[in-house]
Amino acid sequence: MEKLIEILENLHEGIDYETCETLIDDGILDSLDIVTLITDINDAFDVAIPPEEILPENFNSAKALFALIERLDNI
Amino acid sequence: MKKRIIRIISFALALVAVIGVTLYFGAVLQDARLDNREGHLLCGYYDTTDSRDVIFIGDCEVYEGFVPATLFEEYGITSYVRGSSQQTVWQSYHILEETLERETPKAVVFNVLALHYGETPQESISRMSLEDMEWSKHKLDAILASMTEEESLISYFLPILRYHSRWSELDGDDFKHAFDKHADITHQGYLMQTGIDPVDTTDNRQPDDMLESLPYRAIEYLDKMTALCKEKGIELILVKAPTNSIRYYWYPEWDAQMVSYAEQNSLAYYSMIGKDEEIGLDWSTDTYDKGLHLNVYGAEKVTSYFGKILAENHNMPDHRTDAELSAIWDERIDAYYKERNGEK
Amino acid sequence: MNFASFEFLAFLAILTLVYFVVPKKVQWIVLLLGSVVFYAFAGPVSFVFLLFAIVISYVTVQILGKRHASLKKYLEDTKETLTKDERKAYRAKHKNGSLLVVCLGILLLTVSLIYVKYLSGFSFKNGISFGSTLLEVMGISYYTFISIGYMIDVYREKAAVERNFFRHALFVSFFPQLAMGPISRYADTGEQLKVSHSFDAKEAWCGLLRILWGFFKKLVVADAIAPAIGYIVSEKLGGIYFILLCLFYSVRIYGDFTGGIDIVIGSAQILGIKLPENFNRPFSSKSTAEYWNRWHMTMGNWFTNYIFYPLSLTKTMQKLSKWGRAKLGVGIGKRLPVYTATIITWLATGLWHGFAWNFVVWGLLNGLVILVSQELNPLYEKFRARFPKLWHSAPYQSFMAIRTFLLMSLIRVFDCYCDVPLTFNRFFSVFYTFNIADIWNGGIMNLNVTGTQYIVIAVGIVVMTVVSRLSIKKPLRETLWEKPMLGNALMALLCIAILVFGSYGLGFDASAFIYGGTFN
Repeated sequence: MEKLIEILENLHEGIDYETCETLIDDGILDSLDIVTLITDINDAFDVAIPPEEILPENFNSAKALFALIERLDNI
Repeated sequence: MKKRIIRIISFALALVAVIGVTLYFGAVLQDARLDNREGHLLCGYYDTTDSRDVIFIGDCEVYEGFVPATLFEEYGITSYVRGSSQQTVWQSYHILEETLERETPKAVVFNVLALHYGETPQESISRMSLEDMEWSKHKLDAILASMTEEESLISYFLPILRYHSRWSELDGDDFKHAFDKHADITHQGYLMQTGIDPVDTTDNRQPDDMLESLPYRAIEYLDKMTALCKEKGIELILVKAPTNSIRYYWYPEWDAQMVSYAEQNSLAYYSMIGKDEEIGLDWSTDTYDKGLHLNVYGAEKVTSYFGKILAENHNMPDHRTDAELSAIWDERIDAYYKERNGEK
Repeated sequence: MNFASFEFLAFLAILTLVYFVVPKKVQWIVLLLGSVVFYAFAGPVSFVFLLFAIVISYVTVQILGKRHASLKKYLEDTKETLTKDERKAYRAKHKNGSLLVVCLGILLLTVSLIYVKYLSGFSFKNGISFGSTLLEVMGISYYTFISIGYMIDVYREKAAVERNFFRHALFVSFFPQLAMGPISRYADTGEQLKVSHSFDAKEAWCGLLRILWGFFKKLVVADAIAPAIGYIVSEKLGGIYFILLCLFYSVRIYGDFTGGIDIVIGSAQILGIKLPENFNRPFSSKSTAEYWNRWHMTMGNWFTNYIFYPLSLTKTMQKLSKWGRAKLGVGIGKRLPVYTATIITWLATGLWHGFAWNFVVWGLLNGLVILVSQELNPLYEKFRARFPKLWHSAPYQSFMAIRTFLLMSLIRVFDCYCDVPLTFNRFFSVFYTFNIADIWNGGIMNLNVTGTQYIVIAVGIVVMTVVSRLSIKKPLRETLWEKPMLGNALMALLCIAILVFGSYGLGFDASAFIYGGTFN
């Protein structure tokens, strides 16, 4: 989780990723951010987030994103 | 519940307001579009109730070429001219249908110039004739036959759709007179032109390229007219009024086609092209627009010439002995001379 | 059938009547028949292409559905007998098979789209040429995208498989959305087109008002300014006229496109069907990226979901990224997939609009502007952190919106000239042709638009701006539904304004009504 927060903070500063639950809905992350983010995550966690998992519910909060990573890791 | 009623009522009111404004504004716009006389040549007919022996039908060459007043004055022949600007054959056919529903003349005289149009040449002029007709099945038929590709039928019912872009040119008078009835400006369908503008003899333009033959669609409607008259036992007479105009040039080939058409259908066809001497036409005094149309002096000469044909070849009766008819026609002739002599 | 025509209005009225009169069970059949009639107007060629797309996507989706089911069954059956890794391997292999199926479907549809839009004008006469006489196939760009999106969604197991061929046909061909979008996904309309709908006064009223509003935007504003655009382009006017062209064209495309979409969504709304929104106050955007999230949204989403993401997340791209990080540094390596995918996506977006250089340049410029602003973003954020008050002040926010508007207007001009060098040439003329005085000395009166028309257009723009501002929280029409008297009065006014001020019909030329007035 900390690793993920660190990746997110590299993307945009000054956002409280621990609590924010509207990263997509409020337009904080745009499509370019998402791809950069996934590239970083794939690298750091050794998973492969497929395009079909790019849904608002998976990217709206760090928590959801972490859950996604765990899910993909356990398949 | 209460809100629902308000909703329904206010929606209904809005609907009524839109329809009302649309119709009213449409009428104002349509009426204000014309300040020339050619837009009101057909409407006068609907006020007349008498029956006539001869009905002229066609375009400018009839309403500026044949004078019913002269025809009665000289030959006692009763007649009416149902002409309008650039009247196409299909319009003529439906106007004829409408006319024959109201009266049964002995003869219908059709001027053949418009036969060279296979389609409506100008939307605006066509619409001017159509809008001048009273609503009936025949008007609808005429509209459907005349509509150009870019037009829609609904615009004939809702004139605002056609004339809305004129809104900025309206003034108070247009609103005041929108629903005034148009006075009949014709003399039994004849439109008086008293000006003189001689033919320009230095004008050496060439007429347009000739169509090989008159368009099929035009002849089709001429067939319909022939059939209609035959069915009603009315004689159809074809004429070609004289012109000295490049614009209304009548080719010898077309003339030959008419001659053979008349022969096949046992109709009379009188071409007045090249008959200037017999008629006594002088193109330096008898035209008001350089030979395009005849003025009243030319029209009277043509009428005299043709009246003789009607009386001699077609046995049109002389009604001058009929006191009742004479009284009616004398009044019409008076009005005619008043305008001719500039007293109106 | 043109949306701005009496035929369409009559068609919609009859369809609506029938739709709410027939038994609920067959409502969807009415819609399907309606779509067939709508297509019948476009001619047999259009019909054949539509049928092709329907059949291909139907077959593809059915096969995918069967494969998903068999995979599920296999995994269930082998729960006990196979190891986790074996099952994983089987799943991956199976998925590759499905991928092949969906790719084949996409390929077939793409080929038919490319054929119609680019190759059908190809001829060997007088040497090889791409003639200008392309086949006219109504809606092919849209239903192709709808079908491809649906196939991918089924492949990704994000959408249900429609087994009924005719229901599937309705989903692909639902008539309102085929002339200009929106490009709906199965999640948007799939279910809605299956269930029945009762007449709802509010939906119908709001839908009607929205249709009228669309006509207002299109006929009173967009089509009224069009002659000036045509004149400036055909006369190749420069200097101040180029700037006017940018502004006029923005006004025109906004009125035409958002107005058209209003007619589309409003029509569907009357029938009780909610189509996805395509615009969200685009001219209030404060950056190009935001603009593309607000303008033609369903198209943007389509390209993002089906091209940009898959492309940037392919193994090749990820490898490229790794290679880049190793060889060119972390910064560049990280950017490689995003940048490559952005450029390719925008190139595709440009080509989707049309097969011409001006669209290529248009697409690339959009991509470029987005990437540049992405690079400048840290700078902006520093500025924002340093001067938060200034940043949030109204003038600065407006400045950002106006800047974005002007930039997008400038890029859009490529769409006008259809000639890249000429566009650049005219653009640079702004710097050496100083004819700004034409604004007030009457020059702009010679652009085939009269002074009165300019006034009507200006009033129309003000009305559009006010309505847009009043629709931030919820659409103004919904607010007006709660105030029936005001709402209906405004509806009547809108209607009359369209009828009187709209640019439709044959126009009026007084001299055309004078017979024999001139010699020719």
